[in-house]
This record gives sequence, structure tokens and C-alpha cells, in this order.
Amino acid sequence: MHKFANPTQFMRIANAIYPWIAGLCLILFAAAIPIALVFSPPDYQQGETVRIMYIHVSSAWLMMMIYGIIAANSAMFLIWRHPMANLAARASAPMGATFCALALVTGMLWGQPMWGTFWVWDARLTSTLILFFLYIGYIALSDAFEDSERGDKAAAILALVGSINVPIIHYSVEWWNTLHQPSIMKASSEGIDSSVHPSLLLPLFLMMGAFTMFYFALLVLRLRSELLAAKIRNARLSQIAGHAAAQPAE
Amino acid sequence: MSAFSALLSRDLRLALRQSADSLTVIAFFAIATVLFPFGVGPEAEVLSRIAAGVVWVAALLAALLSLDRVFVVDFEDGTLDQLILNGQSTVLVVLAKVLAHWLTTGVPLIIMSPVLAVTLQLPSEGYGVLVLALLLGTPTVSLIGALGAALVLGARRGGVLLSLLVLPLYIPVLIFGTAAIEATITGMPSQPMLSILAGLALIAAALCPFATAAALRQAAE
Repeated sequence: MHKFANPTQFMRIANAIYPWIAGLCLILFAAAIPIALVFSPPDYQQGETVRIMYIHVSSAWLMMMIYGIIAANSAMFLIWRHPMANLAARASAPMGATFCALALVTGMLWGQPMWGTFWVWDARLTSTLILFFLYIGYIALSDAFEDSERGDKAAAILALVGSINVPIIHYSVEWWNTLHQPSIMKASSEGIDSSVHPSLLLPLFLMMGAFTMFYFALLVLRLRSELLAAKIRNARLSQIAGHAAAQPAE
Repeated sequence: MSAFSALLSRDLRLALRQSADSLTVIAFFAIATVLFPFGVGPEAEVLSRIAAGVVWVAALLAALLSLDRVFVVDFEDGTLDQLILNGQSTVLVVLAKVLAHWLTTGVPLIIMSPVLAVTLQLPSEGYGVLVLALLLGTPTVSLIGALGAALVLGARRGGVLLSLLVLPLYIPVLIFGTAAIEATITGMPSQPMLSILAGLALIAAALCPFATAAALRQAAE
């Protein structure tokens, strides 16, 4: 784990696997979008609106996974002061917030025909909304200081505290039994025990894989541009310093 | 431990000498609650239906307004640096500060809440559980609030940012705090909700002081 803390080392590996991630992302999307939106059968109860769920579940999956990644990276940053962990956490936050918003919006669009209302105050919707606010708070806190290092650390502590909320999202379905459906996938001893028909599961898994690869590809791109920006900053600073040295003040 | 009690008694003495600060928070609690009948109308059945939630929300907002007092004054005049550098455990400093905040804000809010509930026509069986729920819930409010206050020390727009950080984390307390009162009014047992409130307080007491201490050490760096 520690050898990834070196930005050069990290980017060498990241650049090497980037074409594979991006390629896999394209292939998965190319398969998932037609299957999910056109070829898969409509659900016997939900009809065509079931197609929203492929986007909705994938976004919800990513918003939780990204929060976990931010929390893990924040812990690594606070414990070992890995600069790459901090960069990865901060680069992930806007993407997590976007997927969270996407999950909320697609959930509302699905809720209107299914439940007859755009919004119900049930446990899972509410905790998704809380997670969205946590993302916004994280982003706002990390940008709120003149000294960016202070913002990094404060945001990292906030991410760790907020990560208590992620299990609450997961178990909220069991805690409050309300309008929202119980979780469709339950991990049991025999593996994945699902109440969803396999013809609907295939596009779901393809879409979740495509979304996940999309996130990792974007993360590599964001980290790359972040490190290049830091290099440009340093080059400019040393240029100014060199300029000042060449022309000493009179 | 003597450092703990010294810091606690100092904070309490300061709060007592500037008692206008605590009174302002209580006044805010009252005025925020009194606004609701104007908003939803004076009908007793509407008010008694929303009384528990209104008292809880107003109490949370009032507590939020008081949070900037917890660390900011000590941060600005350098006392906080001394408290961190003097070799005492920072966690102990945080606990003393949180306890002082709870005694000067949480307790007055709890004492005031039945009076405000009367104006909102809360059914008579709800008062005991209202006080009990606030007793179990407000320590969590102080613990989480102190964490937020420590995180935003030195930030731009600290006050607005603090509410953005802290209010989402208050939602579980609000849910179970009002659910306990609703349960009693409708004749259900309130004990499960109160147990969960106590559990949230214990989790917050176990985790928040350490996170707050870490945030304070970074703010003082």
C-alpha cells in the first residue's frame, strides 16, 4: 500500500491500467445500454419503468462505494499522511455527490408512476438525502480554508465521522419498515439470493460494472490533471524565483 | 481530572458572568417556536399534532446557534493553544467543553421545553417523555456540535458551514426524539425510541471527543 503514496509510482501504475479501465467501461456501456433500455423484458408489475432502476441502482451503488473510498482514503491520509490518498478522496467527492444526486432524481422519477408521488419520507430516501448533504458539507469544508492543508485534514475527519452514516443507509431498510421496498439483493450463505428475475439481473450487473469502471477511469483522469496542475504551479514558482535571482532587486 | 474540573468551572463561571449569551439562546428557542402557530394557524388539533417536532427542531436550531461559543473565543485569544500544549489530554479538554456547553445550553433548553409545549397544546401525557427525550438527546447534540465547531475553526463563512455540517448529523436524534413523544401520545411504548436515543448518545460520547480533539489539534497547528 505504501508504495502507492509516491505520486510518480502511483501515476505509472494508474496510467498503465487506465486504457484497460476505459476500454472495459466502453464495452460494458455498449452492452448494458441496449440490453437495459431496449432488449430486456419489462417487469410484470413495474412495466417499462423498471428500466429506470438500472440507472438508479447503479448510481446508488456508486454513491455508497465512493463514500467508502473517500472514508478509507481519509483514514490513510490522517494516519500515514499519504498525499495521494488525500488527492483521491478530494477528487472523488464531486463524483460521489453527482451520483448521489442522480440516484435521488432517478428514484423520484421512478416513484412518481410507482408510488404516485415524487417523494416519500421513508428511511432509504431520507438517508440518501443525508448522504448528499454530507457530500456537500465535505466539499464545502475542504474548500473553506485559506490554508488548503487545514481544509484537507478537517474534511478527512468529517469523512470518517460521516462514514457512520453509510451503514445507517444500509440497515435503515431493516430499521424502519415503510413504503420503500426491502432491499432486492440479500447476500445469504448460498451466495446471492435474489428476488429479481435473472433477465433483469443481467442488465443490472452490466450497468453497475459500467458505472464502476466509469468512476475509476474518471478518477485516474482527475488525479492526472491534479498532479499536472501541481507541476505547472511548481514550474511557474521556480521560474519566478529564477527570474528574481537573475535580476536582483536594486 | 483536576484539570477537567478546573476547565469546567472556568467555562461555567464565564457562562454565568455572560449569562446574556445563554438567555439569548433560550429567547431564540422561544421565538422560533412561537412562529409556528402564525405559520400553520392557531387550531389546537394542528398544533398538538406538530408540537413535539416543532419543539425538537427549534431546540436543535437554538443549540446550533450556541455552538460558535464553544471554541471560537478560546481559539482567537490563544487559550486553545495553551490548553492543547499544556500536556493534558486534549480529549479531556473536549469533554469539559462539551459538558459546559450542555449545562449552559442543553439544560436551559430542557427546562424551557415544557413551557413552550404548553403553548403548542402538546397532549398532557407527552410532557414527561418530552423532557426525558431531550435529556437523552441533547448530550448527543452537544457532542456532535462541538465536533462541527472544532472543524470550522478559522474557516471562511464558518457559521453557515457549521450548520451544513452538523444539521444532517442531527437527523437521527430528531427522528427518535420526536418518535418517542409520538409513541407515548398514541399509547405505544416509548421505551425503544428512548433506548435508541441513549444508544446514539453513547456512540457519540465514544467517538466524537476523539474526532473533536484531532480537529482541535489541527486547528491549533
